Amino acid sequence: MNFDFSDAQKALKQQTRGFLRAACDTTVPRRVLENADEPYAGELWQQICANESLGIAIPEEYGGIGFGYLELCVVAEELGRAIAPVPFSSSVYLATEAVLLGGSEDQKQALLPKLAAGEAIGTFALSEGPGQATEANLQTTLKNGRLSGTKVPVPDGDVADFCVVVARDGNGASLAVVDLGADGVSREQVDTLDPSRSNARITFDGAEAELLGESGQGWQLKNRVFDRAAVLFAMEQLGGADACLEMAIGYAKGRYAFGRPIGSFQAIKHKLADMYIKNELARANCYYGAWALSTDAPELPVAAAAARVAAIQAFHFASKENIQTHGGIGFTWESDCHLYYRRAKLLALSIGSERVWKDRLVSGLQEEAA
Amino acid sequence: MDFNDTPEQAAFRGEVRAWLADNAEPRKDRPSVSRRLDAEEGLILAKKWQNVKAEAGYACRHWPVEHGGQGRPMIETIIYDQEEASFDVPTGFFGIGLGMCGPIMAKYATEEQQARYIPPMIRGQEVWCQLFSEPAAGSDVAGLRTRCHRDGDDWVVNGQKVWTSGAHYSDYGILVARHDSSLPKHKGLTFFFIDMKSPGIDIKPIKQINGGSNFNEVFFTNVRVPDSQRLGAIGEGWQVAIATLMNERLAVGDAPPPDFREVMKLAASCLLDGKPALEDSAVREKIADWYVESMGMKHTKARTLTALSQGRIPGPENSIGKVISASKLQNVSSFGADLMDMGGVVTDPSLMPAAALFQQSYLYSPGLRIAGGTDEILRNIIAERVLGLPGEIRVDRDVPYSDIPTGS
Repeated sequence: MNFDFSDAQKALKQQTRGFLRAACDTTVPRRVLENADEPYAGELWQQICANESLGIAIPEEYGGIGFGYLELCVVAEELGRAIAPVPFSSSVYLATEAVLLGGSEDQKQALLPKLAAGEAIGTFALSEGPGQATEANLQTTLKNGRLSGTKVPVPDGDVADFCVVVARDGNGASLAVVDLGADGVSREQVDTLDPSRSNARITFDGAEAELLGESGQGWQLKNRVFDRAAVLFAMEQLGGADACLEMAIGYAKGRYAFGRPIGSFQAIKHKLADMYIKNELARANCYYGAWALSTDAPELPVAAAAARVAAIQAFHFASKENIQTHGGIGFTWESDCHLYYRRAKLLALSIGSERVWKDRLVSGLQEEAA
Repeated sequence: MDFNDTPEQAAFRGEVRAWLADNAEPRKDRPSVSRRLDAEEGLILAKKWQNVKAEAGYACRHWPVEHGGQGRPMIETIIYDQEEASFDVPTGFFGIGLGMCGPIMAKYATEEQQARYIPPMIRGQEVWCQLFSEPAAGSDVAGLRTRCHRDGDDWVVNGQKVWTSGAHYSDYGILVARHDSSLPKHKGLTFFFIDMKSPGIDIKPIKQINGGSNFNEVFFTNVRVPDSQRLGAIGEGWQVAIATLMNERLAVGDAPPPDFREVMKLAASCLLDGKPALEDSAVREKIADWYVESMGMKHTKARTLTALSQGRIPGPENSIGKVISASKLQNVSSFGADLMDMGGVVTDPSLMPAAALFQQSYLYSPGLRIAGGTDEILRNIIAERVLGLPGEIRVDRDVPYSDIPTGS
């Protein structure tokens, strides 16, 4: 039994944490949040590219450094802790995984080295507005290599160079890669709950696109991409939840009321104990998901769903109760509490809501039992 | 990361599995043997089983050889417990003795006393109980009132204990009593082990809300205890008591059923609006919640085991276990009964799914949220010891015990 990260992985985690503490304190996401002209922290992104973090899990033959997914997981956790305002999740968890899983050899050779080096930002477009996207209700179409329809919100869609789009063609759902600078693509930033991570509305009007994977197999491929991304998103959420708990503990120790630190009152203690409990449940499920991801285990769909559900719950609870622990000051714009509260909801709804993942989890259990 | 045993651990697990298959029945989807039988029959079977286990070298395997163990690594005891959990064996009588009394005897008793008392404890021949809680000292156990005073070579004990598991079938017990009420409450306590058959001990079972009687009230009237049975110095009773509670057995098995698995099975067979309840999204969400909690605990234990098998001290993460599992059991039980709709109130095992497991656990689960540290005390412990929040403001710490308000 060795259910832990290796010493080298822990060292990478410490190194990443140290780097982000210096390069991405909360003034950085706040700056992006408050500045509509800065869709992501460019300088930080350049440093992350220079650290070769984008290609951690990309094999060397495609320009990556080929470490593996446990290494990517520890980086994701630290990016989450720092609520880093960069297009890492779109480019690495979604676009890279889609190309790795569905891309032809030519597509991999063309796209992965650029993704690894940060020369191109990729993203993934599924949602077409409020309501759950399903294979049956997709409106975006792919006909004769041309995409038509509107996707919103597309994470980092305003800054990405290319996008993997889920669209309907003659055989059902398919994935297609589209150059976002091409003719027939128009895009604009949309306001969201978390402006520290930009999102776009993208309209395709006969834009040229290339099939990724087999026609008609897009929904299954999307599910496999999301299973893998779910673990990585969950690691980010775990990092964010831990940051909230640390922030709440710090405040509860230093804030005095009724002549004593508020952290000495059981109402606060029990709240923070509950945060710790939820974070530990999430951590355990996330680590198991990380193991399943790194070994491509048959348990991955259920493990990923469990990690995703636990991490959504932990970050949501920690971010809202962190505000509550702070009281009035926690409701102000100046306080950092809302940065986490916003990010928690953004991440909770990326790649599908808690309810959707719970359903996938139970479906997975039913399949295992059958 | 890998979940595999080392070759040595795998060999041991295989040996244990084979031995259990030869000596015990696999667990079935019904209340365990310990819940099906009354305490008297259960005890006879449990003593027999414990002895079989000890003869085979599987009881307290990590204890030192001189105390009757095998001197093997802790991980082997854990592997044995994991494997045994899949079998329906009579348990529940030796947890206190082996989990608390044995280790504290090993730490504080004389060598002769250890040689006399520990081996029969391991073999299930003598059962031990723990006498800490009192009617006016539950969560605040240091507020206990049972008195003791020195009389020649003996101490004389008067007072009352409560919630003593198995006092009526125990041969020995460990006891904390107050020798000096003029000292602050934590400083006036002294610790003993006692013969439960001593004159002056009167035991009355407590009837619980589930109708069972797993606990007792124990009354002491001029009970004489030799000073040689004192564990620790006079006035050191609180430190010894804390050391005892620290020894609580590392819980490594799965939480007792019913859990998400049983709910899934039930939901597949119960109809809701004419369709299997398992298709209902509200039901599915609950199953997912409990799965996440169950797996969260399972993998948290895996983190603890990793630390143990690498010879490290486990982190504090295991402290979340009981808070989660007790409430989950209560919620799962209640929900299981709900799925049976109007029929869910029936407790006759012959009429009910899973032999009324959900109904039974509905009635015993409230006790799990209280025993061994209430949900509230456990949250205090997490907040103070793990998160480092300031301690409670104590109004009773530095005053003589006799001056502390009691409300009565």
